[in-house]
This record gives sequence, C-alpha cells and structure tokens, in this order.
Amino acid sequence: MSTEILESQIAEAPAVVQPETYLNFTSGILSWLLTKDHKRIGILYLVSVTVMFFIGGFAISVARLNLMTPEGSLIPADTYNRLFTLHGVIMVFFFLVPVVPAALGNFVLPLMIGAKDLALPRINLLSWYLYIIGACWTLYAMIAGGIDTGWTFYTPYSSQASHYDIVPTMIGVVIAGFSSLFTGLNFVVTVHWMRAPGLTWFRLPIFVWTLYATSIIFLLAVPVLAMALILVVVERVTHIGIFDPALGGDPLLFQHLFWFYSHPAVYIMILPGMGIVSEIIPCFARKKLYGYTFVAYSSMGIAALAFLVWAHHMFVAGISVYAALVFSSLSFLVAVPSAIKVFNWTATLYKGSISFATPMLFALGFVALFTIGGLTGLFLATLGMDIHVHDTYFVIAHFHFIMVGGMVMAYMGGLHYWWPKMTGRMYSQWWSRMSALIIFFGFFLTFLPQFVLGYNGMPRRYHSYPPEFQVWNVLSTAGASILAVGYVLPLGYLLLSLRYGKRAGPNPWRATGLEWQTPSPPPKDNFEETPIVVRDPYQYHLEKAQNEL
Amino acid sequence: MSSDDTLLKADERHMLDHSILVRHRLEEQYENLEHQYHAATTAMWVFLATEVMFFGAIFLALAVYHHMYTDAFEKGSEKLEWIIGGTNTIVLLLSSFTIVLAVHYSKLGANKQTAWFLATTAALGLLFLVFKGIEYYLDYKEFLIPGWRFNPQEWVDKEHLSPDQVPHVQLFLVFYWVMTLIHALHVTLGIVAVLIVMTLAFRRHFSPVYYTPVEVLALYWHFVDIVWIFLLPMLYLQGTHTHIGF
Repeated sequence: MSTEILESQIAEAPAVVQPETYLNFTSGILSWLLTKDHKRIGILYLVSVTVMFFIGGFAISVARLNLMTPEGSLIPADTYNRLFTLHGVIMVFFFLVPVVPAALGNFVLPLMIGAKDLALPRINLLSWYLYIIGACWTLYAMIAGGIDTGWTFYTPYSSQASHYDIVPTMIGVVIAGFSSLFTGLNFVVTVHWMRAPGLTWFRLPIFVWTLYATSIIFLLAVPVLAMALILVVVERVTHIGIFDPALGGDPLLFQHLFWFYSHPAVYIMILPGMGIVSEIIPCFARKKLYGYTFVAYSSMGIAALAFLVWAHHMFVAGISVYAALVFSSLSFLVAVPSAIKVFNWTATLYKGSISFATPMLFALGFVALFTIGGLTGLFLATLGMDIHVHDTYFVIAHFHFIMVGGMVMAYMGGLHYWWPKMTGRMYSQWWSRMSALIIFFGFFLTFLPQFVLGYNGMPRRYHSYPPEFQVWNVLSTAGASILAVGYVLPLGYLLLSLRYGKRAGPNPWRATGLEWQTPSPPPKDNFEETPIVVRDPYQYHLEKAQNEL
Repeated sequence: MSSDDTLLKADERHMLDHSILVRHRLEEQYENLEHQYHAATTAMWVFLATEVMFFGAIFLALAVYHHMYTDAFEKGSEKLEWIIGGTNTIVLLLSSFTIVLAVHYSKLGANKQTAWFLATTAALGLLFLVFKGIEYYLDYKEFLIPGWRFNPQEWVDKEHLSPDQVPHVQLFLVFYWVMTLIHALHVTLGIVAVLIVMTLAFRRHFSPVYYTPVEVLALYWHFVDIVWIFLLPMLYLQGTHTHIGF
C-alpha cells in the first residue's frame, strides 16, 4: 500500500525545471560545431588540447623509459629522435601555448569582465577550426612521416639534412599559430571594448591583465615565427639557401627569427599561469591581493621584456661577445617583474586564513616550482654558466620547471578552480588533492635529478649515455611514472563529477570575481542583466571585516 | 510590411527604418552600432599590427643580406622591371584614393556611389595583378627564377660577378619572389573582400549610422598599398640602373 501512495506522489510531483544554460539551450553535434558561444568554444578547446596533452605525454613516456638503461635498448635512436620531437612540437605549439588562453581564457574572460561574449565570436570559432586543422595535419605528418629536428627546427639541419616530413609539420605549426593570433586579437579587442560599466582598467582581475599581456605577445611574435617557417619551407622546396651557408644564407638568422617568437612564447605560457595563481591565492587565503597595481604592471613588464631577451638562447651559437653581454644583462631584468609577483603572492598569503582546497594546492605548487625554475633561469642567463650547461639536461630541467612545474600546475589549478563554473558540478576533494600532491612529488622526482645530470654534462636529446649517469636517469624515469599517474587521475574524477558530482551552486569558493555572480553553468548570455562594477577586485577583507562586526 | 505603413508620417517611417537597420546590423554582443564600430576598427588596427610584424621579419632578413651581399643584390635588383613596378605603385595609390571616396560616400549613405568606387578599386587591384603577371612572365623569359630557371654563367659573363657571388643573386631573387607573391596574395584577398562589400553596397546596406565594413576594408587596403610602397625601393630601386641610361 505504502509504495502505491509513494508512486502516486511521484507522479503528481511537479517536474523539476532544468534552468537554461549554455550547455542545454540547443543540442545536437552541429550546435556545438557551429557555435559562436565563447563558453562552448572554450569547452571544444579544452577537449582538443587535453587529447594533444596525452599524445605528447605518451610520446615522451616511451622516450623516458628508453633512458632507463645507458644503451637505450628499448627503441632505436631514430625512433627516439622522432618521439622527443613529437613531444616538443605537440606540447609547445598545441598544448602549452593554447591551453590557458584558448581553453580557460575563452571560457572565463567574458564572464570576468561582465560581457555577453567575446568581441568577435566568428573569429573565435575560426581560430578553433584553425587549431584543429593544424593539429590534425601536424599529427598526421609527425606520425606517418615523422620529423627528428627537435621542436626548434634549427637550420641548416631542418632545411637540408633531415629527410622527414618537415614541410607539412611546419605548415601545421603556422596554421596553429594563426589560431593563437586570432585568439589574441579577439582578447585585445574584447578587453578594450566589452568591459562592464564601472570595470575600469585597474579593477580588472589579474587573470584578465595577464591574458591581455599574453595576447600582445601573440600578436607581435606569431607573425615572425610564421615568416621564419615559411622561409624554411621555401628553402626546402626550391633548394635555394636562405639559411644554408653553402649558398650564402645564414643559419643564425633563422635562430634570431625563431627565438624572437619562441622566447616570448615562454611568457605566453607562463603569464596566464601567473594570472590564474593571482586569482586563486587571494580567494583561498581570504585576503586582498597584495600590491594589485604592481602585479598588473609587472605582467605588462614581462610582456615588454619578453621581446628583448631572445638572443640568450644563442650565447654559444656565434653572436658577438658584446651582443651576448647585452642579452645576458637584459635577461636578468626579467627576474624583477617575476620576483614582484612571487613576493606579492607570498605577502598575500601572510596572515591569511588559508584553506588547502585543490586549486590552492596547485597554486602553492606553482609558486614553489616556478621559483626554482626562475632562479635556475638566472644561472642560464649568466654567460659563463650557460656555456657550461648549454644544451644539457640542466636546460631541460630548467624549462620544465617553468613550463610544466609552472604552467601545467597553474593550468590544473585553474581547471579545478573554474570546473564548478563550467560544469555546475563539484569533483571529489580527496582524489583531487591526492592528484595535486602526486603531481607535485612526481614532478620533483622527475626533474630535480636532471639538474644534476645536466650539471655533470649529460647532453639533451641523446639516445644513449655513459653508465655513470644511470642512477639519476632511473630516478627521473621513476618520477615520470608517478607524474603520469597524477595526470591520469583528474581525467577519472573530473569525468565522474559530471554525473555524480554535487551541484556546485553559483559560487562554491565564495570568490569575489564577476564570473561567480552568475549561475553555474552560466546561461547562454552569461548574465541575466549586465553587472555594474562598483568595487576593486579581491575584496575578501571586506567579508572578514563584516564577520568581525 | 503592412499597408499601415502608408499611414505613417515621413519621419516616423524614417525611425522605423532606423530600428530595423539597427536590429539587422547589430551583433548581439554589442550595446549599439557605435560600440560595434569601435570594436571592429580596433580589431583591424590590431590585425594590421600583426601584419607589420609578418612583413617586418622578411624585411629584416632582406636588410641583413643586402648588407652582407650589397653588390650581388644591386645587380639582381637592376634586372627587375622597375617601370612596371613604378606603374603598379601609381595604380595602387589610385586605388587607395578610390577606396577613400567609397568610405566617404558610405558615410553619407550614398550606396550607389560607394558601390561604384569599390568597383573601381577592385578593377585597379586587378590591373595591378595583371601588370604583376606580365612582369612575372618577363622574369621567366629573362631567367630570373631562382633554382628553376636561372643561368649562373650569364651573371659571371655579362654582369662581371665572381662565381661565388652568383648564389647571392639567387638569394635576392628568392626574396623578390617570396615578398611579391605574398603581397600579391594580400591584393587578391583584398579584391575578394572589396567585391563582397561592393555587393552589400549595391543592396543598399550602408547608411550614415552603419558603414563599418567599408571603413575596415579601407584600412586593410591602405595597408596592402603601404607594403608595396616599401617593397618598391627595397626590391626595385637598389643600385644605379645604369643600363637604362640614368
């Protein structure tokens, strides 16, 4: 009897009205593939860069396993060369560069400035398609044909000696470059013209500042890389030396043009990471961001300095000692705005009421690893020291501390921070904290030994090595396995959260940003009505003062 | 439109037209047409900044090699058809003038004049490409295609270059071909865009409150023009051109 009553009650209960969100206002595969909504495009990017991340990660796992033994008996040298090139090209051009601006930035930037959408939604969709075309093309070329030049494509090896699919790979990279360029263009216009009323420049969240600085780097650097790669393609196709010294060309010119892009590209990778951390730390320390204007200006400072230091990659390549001196000194200058940020984060943490939620764990990991990466960067900016460790594992360890320890940590932090906003669901706190810790320790075990290896003289990109280096290599490979576990875990609990996660509500972290003032997931037009901004960002201290009253 | 329209007074009809216009021309993410105009022009200016960097890289490379191999580069430059290059400069300057007139008339809402000046611009762009094509054909006949149709011995015999300087002439010609081809590609895309906007003008698309596409297009067109203004001296006008009696 009782069950009958229950059933009738259920039947009579009013249907739960699903609120209209950007996820369900239309449906079907075409509504995604032809969408102009920045949130959906952000999700499309998120899925595609994740795929690229695991492909690039898999490639290097095999290469890293190969380095367990001095002879490198797992795979032939040729395969090894192709694997680390695949890893480098995929990770740099198809993961690190687009991941935060194009995936997270696309999603949250308009929300953070109270806009309905990016300024140029069609261009936004176009840039995703360019990314996909570039990625598929490059992947096909690199897997079917393969290339072994390393991700730097140094001439004359890439223009003359190497016999693989260099031309298609480069074309793929150029296409993907235009995708980033259009994203940057879109962000600049959006930040200039789409801000909500009252949102002045110095009320912008730091993440928006860093995306703006990153966009400027995109706009000024990507075209130079495109032209450099086009010239290599012309050289390979016509066999006329633009960079080949035998025919009057100059390989150094390629390096200048290449690093004029690729050094700023490092800041493309790290600046948005710094932005994410500047969002997370005030939120989970419940304190105002210390020295807001300094953090904002230092982002622009890093972007400006990015263009003045490229030749520190060429100290041993044959530039004059005076040029080297100048570029060495300029490189030290980058430490100033970087240190400003680290000090300001530390000062924000000081006397904060810190909660160690997952995004905060990633952010703290970022600060630690970025600091180590940054300080070892000073070693490399020092002329004499650079000559000793040039092209060794020291360099590898240094830039992985910045790009993986820094950027990927920050990206994971950002993903965990905005995941409830994107999906409306919470994920498992226990598993996500575990994953943050596993990634942190796995990372240390992978890359600390490489500093030792490099300092003792093990060169990068070698398939085999003298036996005395084995201990450190085994440690590093062990670390890489732990790191792999740390990266696969989120795939599990984040996907599970979509189905089983608790409802997040509009503002699970009690954060102050505009993006938290709209439902999660946000409706199609982001806000019911355009918000009016009356306060500076990060006013967490006001809430504290209120509680004390 | 219903028959009620006839009952409306002239200025009311004007307001109705205006609201229809705003509804059709305004993208949903913008507040009003002026807002949209500012965003669109900013976007084009920023895009042109990237183009400056794109061409800047190859201009830099050209300048470096010109400094290294001045003699060979000047000998190569003297072989180019400077008369066609100069004529093409005039053609492009004229086209810049006509597109300015198109912008002017679009701001007045004079769609017919706008369309015709855009048509003239496209025609001049096409004329540029035709001249460029003739020039490429002459280059082909004169063995000026590096790596494919090039006669090293002739440069030693007639131009008195040493054999190790001849590759530098080829290097110059690579720059000539790459730069002019990329520029011609820009002109071609420009012509397509001009034709599209021209059709809009013929369909009476523009008005004093909405002329953004014409303005943005003109910015692009001027840029392509300016690049050519730089290409002319850097490629065609090096050296003394003694063989034509200067």
